[in-house]
Amino acid sequence: MSIILDLVRILIFPGLLFTVVFSLFLEWLDRKLYARMQNRVGPPFRQPLWDLVKLISKEDIIPENANQFMYTVLPVLTVTSAVAAMIYVPIWNRESVYPFWGDLLVIVFLLTIPTMVLFLAGWFSANPFGVVGSFRTAIQFLSYEVPLLLAVLTPAVLAGSWSIRDIVLFQQEHPWAVAAQLAALAVALLALQGKLERVPFDAPEAETEIVAGPITEYTGPRLALFRLSTDIQLAVGVALLSNIFLAGAIGPWYLALLLFLAKCVVLVAIIAAIRAMMARLRIHQITSFYWKYLVPIAMAQMVIIVLIKGGVGV
Amino acid sequence: MSRIGKVIPELFKSLTSAPATVDFPKSAVPVPPDYRGKPVLIQEKCTGCGLCQRDCPAAAIEMVDVGAKRPKPAFDYGRCAFCAQCAESCRSDAIVITGEHHLAAFSREALRAAPRPEKKEEEPQEPAAEQE
Amino acid sequence: MMAKYTLPVGPQHPALKEPESFWFKVEGEVIVDVDIRLGYNHRGIEKACESRNYIQCLYLIERICGICSHSHTTAFAQCVEEIAGLEIPARAKYIRVIVGELERLHSHLLWLGVAGHEIGFDTLFMYSWRDREAVLDLLELITGNRVNYAINTIGGVRRDIDGPKREQILSQLDLLADRAKFYADLVTTDSTCLARLENVAKFSAEQARAFGTVGPTARASGIDLDVRRDDPYAAYGEMPFKVIISDRGDLLGRAIVRLEEIGESIKILKYALQNLPDGPLTVKAPRKVPAGEAVSRYEAPRGEDIHYVRADGSDHPERVKVRAPTMANIYAIGESMKGSYVADIPIIIASIDPCFSCTDRMIKIVRQESGEARTMTWEELRQYGIRWYQQ
Ligand code: SF4
Ligand code: SF4
Repeated sequence: MSIILDLVRILIFPGLLFTVVFSLFLEWLDRKLYARMQNRVGPPFRQPLWDLVKLISKEDIIPENANQFMYTVLPVLTVTSAVAAMIYVPIWNRESVYPFWGDLLVIVFLLTIPTMVLFLAGWFSANPFGVVGSFRTAIQFLSYEVPLLLAVLTPAVLAGSWSIRDIVLFQQEHPWAVAAQLAALAVALLALQGKLERVPFDAPEAETEIVAGPITEYTGPRLALFRLSTDIQLAVGVALLSNIFLAGAIGPWYLALLLFLAKCVVLVAIIAAIRAMMARLRIHQITSFYWKYLVPIAMAQMVIIVLIKGGVGV
Repeated sequence: MSRIGKVIPELFKSLTSAPATVDFPKSAVPVPPDYRGKPVLIQEKCTGCGLCQRDCPAAAIEMVDVGAKRPKPAFDYGRCAFCAQCAESCRSDAIVITGEHHLAAFSREALRAAPRPEKKEEEPQEPAAEQE
Repeated sequence: MMAKYTLPVGPQHPALKEPESFWFKVEGEVIVDVDIRLGYNHRGIEKACESRNYIQCLYLIERICGICSHSHTTAFAQCVEEIAGLEIPARAKYIRVIVGELERLHSHLLWLGVAGHEIGFDTLFMYSWRDREAVLDLLELITGNRVNYAINTIGGVRRDIDGPKREQILSQLDLLADRAKFYADLVTTDSTCLARLENVAKFSAEQARAFGTVGPTARASGIDLDVRRDDPYAAYGEMPFKVIISDRGDLLGRAIVRLEEIGESIKILKYALQNLPDGPLTVKAPRKVPAGEAVSRYEAPRGEDIHYVRADGSDHPERVKVRAPTMANIYAIGESMKGSYVADIPIIIASIDPCFSCTDRMIKIVRQESGEARTMTWEELRQYGIRWYQQ
């Protein structure tokens, strides 16, 4: 019986099926808002799904010089790790379906896998653009990962626990905590923007410079998996932030679900606006932005949190 | 003085106003009345002088035999550059420029318009369905 | 330090809207050398003109470039008119100026959008192209099409601008002037734009002159050069405008020059529309142009466009030669790229507002070791092709 339950959880809710639907919805929202901010009509609601179906049904090409094994494994790996991360994110409840004491760390760790995969994907695709993109991916990874970790650490330190359930519980009991870590939320959103390689931090896949970076050589179903993985990472990212920074869900499950969705929509709107209002930075400008501005902000936030914690004595 | 996010007010304005693009083909942007669209032959007026063919830059006009004394122009809209020079060159105003511009078709044949056959000169027959 | 490698950009690349090839020698993210290869899209328009009559040539010439189509036809028509000794009516001259300046407006807005896209600022791209639609609608209203206006004919213009059309154009101009100001402000103050444009691909006035740059590219390096003022054609002698110059010499300078030129163009348009003289639109042009030759210069949005026509007394030209502005500018970017970053490749190429297909012509081979240049003749090229395919 419990195996069936596990399977349902992994494959349907909140696993694969729900994650895909949810992330496609967020992709649509992101694209639609982006388009409307640019005074365009924007894509219809089902466009992300159609795009996915179209890519999957296209011819599957593996370049002769590319590493066949890696070429097959990597797209699958990137999607599975992203979906696995989603399973640990609470959605309609204070806790996920498999809560344990360190789930926050596991999610952050699982989210780094797709970035590594991207690096390998470019490296093994035997294409100069892919290789340049790989290097940039790696450099960017070293840039955003530190501020991201520091930002995610903030609510954990405040709540005194690595468990998402405890963090959410703490914030629901002490609503001021949400206000106290807004700076960390901002840092986390900007780091997420870099993680997802979106403007202004999209140098690793800068279309006009290096075509599509690491995934230049990928076509058809494999490309579809990479795109899907990016969408899922977006979904995991905003879902995680809405939990650990915005006090998660509360109330009966349907209200909690609505609240959760509303928070995700707001976060997506913010990162869509960031995408719309800037030009792409060069890779060394990205690095210095993260290290010069975001890391100090995140550190300062951490100090403030520690002081608050000492002062209030919670 | 430089700052980040100079366009934010503009983003809000766009978000709250109607989009500038339309959902083609459900709706389309209109063209002005004297738009240079598809040139169409008014066969009764045509004298068959061939001036239009001589000046057509795209070789889109071919003079074809219609059974009358002189040949009449047939258009190939797949070649036409929509320059309207044929209408200008024609001395008898036998070519009019219509505003029609949704001309995509599935075959090259569908893009051709031949003059209808005539028995005698000056007396056009009942118009056979003009193919377009 | 990372190893050196070669990064091919083009002939097919998302940053290039037309086929041209750049081979970059790159060290890490820094460009150390660049090799430019022209000729992927040579269309043989000059040769094709020799077998068409002058009227047909006009429409063929118009299709050298989609963006500066009016520039090319005007330059060509001016040549033919000079050979035939025609003086076109004043109203026709004014209408040529009006269409020419509207074309400059739309070309500069188009450039701004492309530049925005190249630096990853797609919102700027969408906004400036949205506003460019207003200009295209005006052009459509006057000439009957958005591009390839076909308003010129030998001896004048084909369509008139009547009262209501004039009012409609005038009513749009203030709006466009406002938008141009907004963009100039945006590009010169937004941090991310500045981070990408300031002090990139700089060249001094001496370098710009040595490479023979023209148009906004030259003016952004402080060279005071504008055919409209230096050698007035059509009705430019009467138009009030000032030549915009910037001595920055970098990408930002080129953006500023173009955006401020929009303001000047609007001044010209206002003056021309308000003082449109009465009179006929054309003088009668002979079908057969007497023997002779002429050169004409035209300040296209991208720089000076030169046409040469030789007539032999028949109804088709004996020789036509076009020097599109990109030809003059392209080698300057090659030089200014050295030392820049890979990330700057697209915007540096875009900064001269290139039109490769207008430029493509013969094959010129430069041996890299010896630096000696030679031009392949048709026969050599044919033999080379045969040998290449036999391998
Ligand atoms: S519009 Fe121009 S291209 Fe078309 S048929 Fe007439 S002359 Fe030829
Ligand atoms: S120029 Fe006019 S009259 Fe002469 S053939 Fe053409 S359509 Fe007929």
